[in-house]
Amino acid sequence: MTNEALQNLIGTWVPNPVTSELEFTEEESQFLNISVQPADLHQLMTQLKSNSETSFDYLFCLSGVDWGKELGVVYHLESTTHRHIIVVKVKTEDRENPVFDSVYDIWKTAEFHEREVFDFFGIKFNNHPNLKRLFLTEDWDGFPLRKDYVDDINMIVK
Amino acid sequence: METSTVNNNFKSDEYFINMGPQHPATHGVLRLLLTIDGETIKKVEPDLGYIHRSIEKMCERDSYQQIVHLTDRMDYLSSNINNEAVCLAVENALQIEVPDRVKVIRTIIGELTRIASHNLWWGVMGMDVGALTTYFYAFRDREMINDIFEETCGARLTMNYNIPGGLMFDIHPNFIKRVKEFITHFKTKLPEYDTLLTNNVIFQKRMRGVGILSKEDAISYGASGPVGRGSGYSCDVRKTNPYSALDKVTFNEALRTEGDSFARYEVRIQEMWESISIVEQLIDNIPEGDYKVETNAVIKLPKGEFYQKVETARGEFGVYIISTGTKNPYRLKFRSPGFSNLSLLNHIAVGGKIGDLVASMATLDLVIPDIDR
Amino acid sequence: MNLSLSITKNIHDWLFNMMPETAASLVEMTIIALVYLAVFAVTGLFLVLLERKVAAWFQLRLGPNRVGYHGIFQTIADALKLVSKELTGTVNADKFLYNLAPYFVIITALMALAVLPFSAEFQAFDINIGIFFLIAISSIGVIGILLAGWSSNNKYALIGAMRSGVQTISYELSVGLSLLTVIMITGTLQLSEIVEVQRNGWLIVQGHIPAIFAFMIYMIAGTAETNRAPFDLVEAESELGAGFHTEYSGMKFAYFFLAEFINMFLIASIATTIFFGAWLSPFGITESLPWLGVFWFLGKTLVLVFLMMWFRWTFPRLRIDQLLTLEWKYLLPLNLMNIVLMAIIVWLNLTIQF
Repeated sequence: MTNEALQNLIGTWVPNPVTSELEFTEEESQFLNISVQPADLHQLMTQLKSNSETSFDYLFCLSGVDWGKELGVVYHLESTTHRHIIVVKVKTEDRENPVFDSVYDIWKTAEFHEREVFDFFGIKFNNHPNLKRLFLTEDWDGFPLRKDYVDDINMIVK
Repeated sequence: METSTVNNNFKSDEYFINMGPQHPATHGVLRLLLTIDGETIKKVEPDLGYIHRSIEKMCERDSYQQIVHLTDRMDYLSSNINNEAVCLAVENALQIEVPDRVKVIRTIIGELTRIASHNLWWGVMGMDVGALTTYFYAFRDREMINDIFEETCGARLTMNYNIPGGLMFDIHPNFIKRVKEFITHFKTKLPEYDTLLTNNVIFQKRMRGVGILSKEDAISYGASGPVGRGSGYSCDVRKTNPYSALDKVTFNEALRTEGDSFARYEVRIQEMWESISIVEQLIDNIPEGDYKVETNAVIKLPKGEFYQKVETARGEFGVYIISTGTKNPYRLKFRSPGFSNLSLLNHIAVGGKIGDLVASMATLDLVIPDIDR
Repeated sequence: MNLSLSITKNIHDWLFNMMPETAASLVEMTIIALVYLAVFAVTGLFLVLLERKVAAWFQLRLGPNRVGYHGIFQTIADALKLVSKELTGTVNADKFLYNLAPYFVIITALMALAVLPFSAEFQAFDINIGIFFLIAISSIGVIGILLAGWSSNNKYALIGAMRSGVQTISYELSVGLSLLTVIMITGTLQLSEIVEVQRNGWLIVQGHIPAIFAFMIYMIAGTAETNRAPFDLVEAESELGAGFHTEYSGMKFAYFFLAEFINMFLIASIATTIFFGAWLSPFGITESLPWLGVFWFLGKTLVLVFLMMWFRWTFPRLRIDQLLTLEWKYLLPLNLMNIVLMAIIVWLNLTIQF
């Protein structure tokens, strides 16, 4: 499906587009980007997977991003039957205790990816089976991929 | 440290074993915490990070040409294809059209890299299940490819031959002749691989019915490459999103439906045949032209987000660049195939024996620097 | 030319003339023991080098060729290195059992070596239960492995030792039964008598079909007995480190290592004795030179040893449950049927005699 058709379809799922704040944008990217509020994330993801016209059953990239003020997660989804790709973004301004819902129950590959995001950004995920650090040791202090991370010993800044 | 946190989850009559970071079967520095009951495995938990070099953080302060060099060290067995991914992302973002000569040469070198990687995988696969001679036969053929690379690209393992805009040098005058010699030699050797290992009764009994992965699970766990194709999930990026010269060649996608270790093994053997056929189609018809397009010395990508997928020997490798218009990316994320492939190890190993774990892990073809980045 | 017979007879007479009876026999036994120790050591050295050269030949490389002419002194260099290594014992290991375990395997190997008929006169210990003695002695070797695994206080070693114990006990059955099949033709357990019976043709020819089956089953079971590939998951390097001898180093490790090669030699020698006529030449061509018997024996044994090495470098490894299935569900019933077949053939006098 083309990006416009996807946008129309997904727009119809939301009862009141204004209050739920689902933003569609296509500039600056070759795929359709959907920005969603953290509270609606899990429901939107479930619908994206289960609806047979979209059927996004392949989560191929889950990245954490530090947007400067906010912390966010970017999901790249693909459908194995229709072969279209969509990008879902979710952000939160809370840098002390950022929490999102885990999508492990929808796509099992999210288990390791969400652990990586927790390790590097400190974003916690609800209902994750095993949320602990993945690459760094258990007693590491701080979250390295955040933009305000300072480490005088290990980082060489140009 | 780990023993105290891990032992809290295990019952006292379960036996806990560490396949430690230094181990002949784990293909790199991977630590597996196994809970076993007799010979049967009840839980596998990988412990990563032994070769984590924070490449993604380094990419935020490096220029795009320097980032190409960092991608070699991730999946060092398909280093050319990794380089190609970043170069293609940058070229698509800047909307540069590279000459046809560059595309064809990139594809030939990528397919040769795939053959070399699968060769090494086959040698190590035999060694893991006990046939110790396969290692030497595989390396004998891999040396020929390494010699070709050394002559043209300058290095044997981490090539850095692709740069944004084209290739670093033109191909060596001997390149075409040597590739043809290699293809002729290798076509007589690949049936030998079948005689030695594939058709061996002991090997088949070790691999058939072991480590079964269904198609739904493969898609849910994000499996790609030969792991996904062994379960029937048709995920070859060279077919779905062709890049470089791959839309000009015809080849079959290797698919099997059984989902066991033997299916994944057969997929890779067939991929080697397909790669040989791709190289044969292209090697005689390399178009003339420039070997690169000049770019600025300082590359600045326009503001936006760019994603590029390629098919490495392990599966689907993705580069996700978020750029704010400066000379470094704002955020660069590498989607590595091994990371998702490793997450299904617990799923396929539980209930089997330790020997099955070793055989299944060998068919997953993990390269740990690719996972740890 | 009865050179060897006259030498042994001369030494025997000289000793008995010099000292009283008991002292002379003690000295004689010590000399024979020392001779066999030397044979043991030299065979071990030679076999290790042979294994490395054969492996290199299969793997398209050269093997050791620096130490000595074409590498003949390589094993001596390895032995010197092993002797000079630090004996690292673990703190929690059971000291007595840990030190005792290697001696079990070495002593049983040496004892078995004593009954082999290298030649008509060159046999140290010719008892009337020869075969029975051999099988019984090789069963004791298992204890050494189990003790080694247990006393090392190491999980990997314990798993390796348990696997090995199970494997050896299962395959001893097949070894015993396949040898039994051929004993039915000879009617005696004494090794020199068995060789005499083979003057009418080697037993593998005399017993044609069931003897060939028995030989094949014996080779498979024998390879499993010595924990060699394709049955070497006990020492599967790619699975569990080094198995039951993980915690041993230096001379004690050398004992295990040598014992494996000597066991391989033993299995091949027993097969040579029972199936291929020990020191007898085919069709009696060198009957007039009895001292050539030793070379015939060694030659036939080396062919079988080469066969076992060929197995190791070609085949992948079996999993433990596949290994046990092979023995209990396939080899054992085949063996039993084979015995019945052989019994029928002997009863009906259908053996081929020359």
